[in-house]
Amino acid sequence: MTGQEKQVGSMTTYLIVYVFIMAIAVVQVVFAYQMGPQLPFMLLLAMIQATLAVLFFMHLHRERSTLVLALIPAILFVLFMMNMIWSDSFRLLTMRPFLK
Amino acid sequence: MSDIVLGVENASVMEERPFAISSNKLVMWLFIISDAATFGAFLFVYGYLRNATPDWPAPFQSASIVNALIMSFILITSSLTMLMGVRAARSNNKSSALRWILVTVGAGLLFAILHLREWLGLIGDGLGMSHNPWGSGLFGASFFSITGLHLTHVIGGVIALTVVALGYKRGRYGSDDIEVWSLYWHFVDLVWMFVVPLVYLLNIAH
Repeated sequence: MTGQEKQVGSMTTYLIVYVFIMAIAVVQVVFAYQMGPQLPFMLLLAMIQATLAVLFFMHLHRERSTLVLALIPAILFVLFMMNMIWSDSFRLLTMRPFLK
Repeated sequence: MSDIVLGVENASVMEERPFAISSNKLVMWLFIISDAATFGAFLFVYGYLRNATPDWPAPFQSASIVNALIMSFILITSSLTMLMGVRAARSNNKSSALRWILVTVGAGLLFAILHLREWLGLIGDGLGMSHNPWGSGLFGASFFSITGLHLTHVIGGVIALTVVALGYKRGRYGSDDIEVWSLYWHFVDLVWMFVVPLVYLLNIAH
């Protein structure tokens, strides 16, 4: 590997990541038809795709760990805190006129 | 009291950059993180409405799903071409960098055209911001909000990449600028990875 490749990443790695992300996109569609709406599974596959994109396409795996620690926990915390809405969204369905 | 003057000549006594990246790149990362929270909020609101609405529609026929898959293929491929542009720029291969960035711009435009075609088809079927023939009227508002925000980002990215590519050709911008804007483009791709399963694949017409 040349110094230039070390700096910007290997093309082979990018191609493998690209094929993997595309394959996941196809798997999502196939499973959506085979299994119906499966939110946890779809979300898991999307998160794998996103992680690969962030680490390799956006080169976060080669950045200093202080940058990763400054950015990623903050956004994960924000997204985690948003989950408090779910109980309320289900509660609405148990109220009139939808209560059965 | 003596004045302290900080300049390039004082760089050796100054603290090193904590993240070892340029200010431009740090600002772009901060923008991406805040934008991720915005898209996250949109998708959470969408999920809330979907859960809380009994007659949530599932309007997407196979043609729409195939169209979304083609759009995914175009956007993910455009991330790869953007990477090639960054590599070429890092190697000081200006013509190759410009070529790959313009291919990325072309892919972005194709994505936008397919997206607008998809919108027009759904509008033709009766989908509006507050009404549709399949179920809850909230579907249209949330669908157009999420996909519209993403489409705005794609169009913004196309414009930004064109400006940076032309500036790079004239020598106004360098390879670092191309790398910074490539981060934005990959982020747009990343958001689409969540929009497709959550908005399209969970609402397939059976």
